[in-house]
Amino acid sequence: MTPLRSSRSRRGYNFAYLDEHTKRMIRRSILKAVAVPGYQVPFASREMPLPFGWGTGGIQVTASVLGPDDVLKVIDQGADDTTNAVSIRAFFARTTNVRTTEKTSEATVIQTRHRIPETPLIEGQILIYQVPIPEPLRWLEPREAETRKMHALEEYGSMHVQLYEDIAKYGHISTSYDYPVIVNGRYLMRPSPIPKFDNPKMHRNPALQLFGAGREKRIYAVPPYTDVKSLDFEDYPFEIQRWEENCEICGADDTFLDEIVTDDQGGRMYVCSDSDYCAERTAAAGKIPSEAAE
Amino acid sequence: MTARDENPILRVSSLTKNYGKIAGCRDVSLDIWPGEVLGIVGESGSGKTTLLNCISARLEPTMGTVEFQTRTEGMVDLYKMSEASRRMLMRTDWGFVHQSPRDGLRMSVSAGGNIGERLMAVGDRHYGEIREAASDWLEKVEFDLGRIDHMPSTFSGGMQQRLQIARNLVNGPRLVFMDEPTGGLDVSVQARLLDLLRALVSELKLSVVIVTHDLAVARLLADRLMVMRRGEVVETGLTDQVLDDPQHPYTQLLVSSVLQP
Repeated sequence: MTPLRSSRSRRGYNFAYLDEHTKRMIRRSILKAVAVPGYQVPFASREMPLPFGWGTGGIQVTASVLGPDDVLKVIDQGADDTTNAVSIRAFFARTTNVRTTEKTSEATVIQTRHRIPETPLIEGQILIYQVPIPEPLRWLEPREAETRKMHALEEYGSMHVQLYEDIAKYGHISTSYDYPVIVNGRYLMRPSPIPKFDNPKMHRNPALQLFGAGREKRIYAVPPYTDVKSLDFEDYPFEIQRWEENCEICGADDTFLDEIVTDDQGGRMYVCSDSDYCAERTAAAGKIPSEAAE
Repeated sequence: MTARDENPILRVSSLTKNYGKIAGCRDVSLDIWPGEVLGIVGESGSGKTTLLNCISARLEPTMGTVEFQTRTEGMVDLYKMSEASRRMLMRTDWGFVHQSPRDGLRMSVSAGGNIGERLMAVGDRHYGEIREAASDWLEKVEFDLGRIDHMPSTFSGGMQQRLQIARNLVNGPRLVFMDEPTGGLDVSVQARLLDLLRALVSELKLSVVIVTHDLAVARLLADRLMVMRRGEVVETGLTDQVLDDPQHPYTQLLVSSVLQP
């Protein structure tokens, strides 16, 4: 194996931090995950230079698929400028020298925490999710051996108990993030804590979607154009969140909005959580963001 | 008792379960007929629970076979079917009432959700219908409907046990296993539960295997009794016959040691 050393990587470190053998091991898991959509493939998760829970699964997957010509975008809660996104982007910029971007359309690899970009993804792009708890059946069944058996035998009926409890308690399905889905008509999957607003975007998406859970040592995938169906009841169909407000910066009425408290007098504004999408819309309308906000 | 069908619903032949060198139960054969309640009595450690676990597909026996009369394929050996169909059977045609409701209920899920789970597990996806079935069953086990959304932990022991029974019976099983269903309840609650069980069993024409050390429970519920001692069946017969005219010395001891109030 020829290591991707060179002037492009930082001295003393291999390209993208992980050594080539580790990357190869992770790529094998990714291939298996792609071959069996939604199935959780175990992998030998490595210690990363940041704690579990900060995106180590996603980072290892990114490190394994990233090549010198890729363009990387990292988002955290939809935004490119939040702590997690900034640190991970800087990490890869230093260890690979690949070009980074904030524009969804320019990126070839996007690592994300908690959101799918509003700009539709296209063929050839890879979306990598950071996953805290990969096992959708965990709340029902604490034993790992048993949950694996339930996956093998497709015993997913009891998952609806969670939705039943929501309706009994609140009158509607109140689960609003990490909403369970069935992938390719077979495996039950946790889409990581993205809002259920983003669930429909996973369905038949042209991009490759990879999921990495570092602490739990699992990788799973949704290949391009794969069916992803959110669980629901016949009389309580799946619905996404809606807002009465529009984005106060760009005016969008079809995006996921963050509520931002602006003062201690009860003032608040709603803005797009996807900062790149919002900025692009503002630029297209010929405004600069700060003016638009006023 | 209702007229017997051609075949037993469950047939156990020379079943033995060893734990290493210790025999849990030895060479047990029995038939359970549709609509029949079989009581298994004996002291602690006599192998009652081992036998119950073996015949309810929860513990693989060392030797012997357990066959079940399936709806479509006739008599099938439980331990030769695929695990998928065995687990399916446990969710549909069978029920299992545990001694402690904590083992049989989801304590973090409301009463309605607990009953509805079995329906959802076999593919029911209509909230309204699930809710209605849950309410029906709560009524049948004498629950106040206002408590349908309460957590099992807020219920008394007797209520939890009734909830567990409802959860097991909601999708019309044909065979129900019960492990000391009245253990741990006080006498008046026990009496009420037994009353309820007796009514449900005769109304639904259930076949039941009930394990108990309480001869009073056995007398009330069981049509037929099996007395076990040290892993072996020492006496079997109609309940009244066994209790009123015990033949085996151990059964005589058992019957005579019941306290008379």
